[in-house]
Amino acid sequence: MATTGKLHFSLVSPERALYSGEVDQVVVPGVDGQFGVLSQHAPFMTVIQQGAIRILDGASERKIYVGGGFADVTPQGLTILAEDAVDLAKLDAAGLEKDLQNAREDVRDAKDADVKAAAERKLARLEAIRAAA
Amino acid sequence: MASLKDFRTRIASVKSTQKITKAMQMVAAAKLKRAQEAAEAARPYSEKVAGTVANLATSVQGSDAAPKLLRGSGNDQVHLVVVATSERGLCGGFNTNIVKKSRELIVSLQARGKTVKILTVGKKGRDQLKRVYSSLSVGHIEFAGVRTLGAAQSAQVSHKLVEMFDAGEFDVAHLVFSRFKSVISQIATVQQLIPVVAPEGVATSDTGGGVYTYEPGEEAILEALLPRYLDSQILGALLENAAGFYGAQMGAMDNATRNAGDLIKKLTLQMNRKRQAMITTELTEIIAGAQAV
Repeated sequence: MATTGKLHFSLVSPERALYSGEVDQVVVPGVDGQFGVLSQHAPFMTVIQQGAIRILDGASERKIYVGGGFADVTPQGLTILAEDAVDLAKLDAAGLEKDLQNAREDVRDAKDADVKAAAERKLARLEAIRAAA
Repeated sequence: MASLKDFRTRIASVKSTQKITKAMQMVAAAKLKRAQEAAEAARPYSEKVAGTVANLATSVQGSDAAPKLLRGSGNDQVHLVVVATSERGLCGGFNTNIVKKSRELIVSLQARGKTVKILTVGKKGRDQLKRVYSSLSVGHIEFAGVRTLGAAQSAQVSHKLVEMFDAGEFDVAHLVFSRFKSVISQIATVQQLIPVVAPEGVATSDTGGGVYTYEPGEEAILEALLPRYLDSQILGALLENAAGFYGAQMGAMDNATRNAGDLIKKLTLQMNRKRQAMITTELTEIIAGAQAV
């Protein structure tokens, strides 16, 4: 049981585990609104939407973008199953702008419907990342 | 009768083949390690998803509100067989075993009067199945040029499956892939994908006596979770397939290298014999000539 007052938080994506450790609080963008999880939170499960997870530990704050997934709160801690996760601290703003530019051009230049839909999805994802950062 | 020069060129060519197979074996060994790591890294997610599905599935079991992916379409007539193989060959019997397993499955389904459709994932499976079952094929997904298999590839497969299932194109889906038992042993396996079989024996999270709260609701979460579960199962299968492929390739290339070594030994022996025979003939000729003078 969490007696330390710290919350065990792990973030896993289909490909690998991205984060695991003890933190003070995690703020998660749930479908029914943002919620913060502290240690000894009641068991709770929800769908999360596109947005940034904020990990608060002491004075530090870390933001990680997730493209949707699930949050599972148990007495052992919080687990987030994310479909797509990007660490916003490691994000390079200039690179993102360039990717956005490219994605917009891809949408404009797309010839058939499938390619266009794929390019639009890519663009939407990049825009969401920028909005979260 | 082959001349000495013929022997030398033969040996040189076998030697260069041996170098290639040796290099391929080492590349496969390195890639195998990476593929195993990838399969390992994907485990936490799939275990967590499986645990949650198991939790929720038992609570909505039998209710009409259960998502269609779990309940099934109510029929058992049209079966979709998803055959996952590798993109490339030179891996011994790896793909052949998967295809053989698929054939057994198809034959047994047809014997029971079911309609069978085939979706192939990976080039080699399509190549081998199209000769016999080209009329049953309903699609093909290929990952040529994809360096590392990831969620994007498994999503491609699972989206297609969910799409087809929603359109009522099949009732039951099976996945045939190769389970990675060890580097030298891969076992072709059939797994039912749709309707989703609630996982058994997985560690369900301990709520510590507290009651779970679900937001928005159990059914809604399950509805959203099941495609991901499907996805993680497919990803797991694809990753195991990749690891198995490199394992099989490593074995096949090791064999080929050894065979080339044997062949070189045999050819060298033959060449030496031939050379000695020639020297002997020459000597006899000289001696005979000297005696004649």
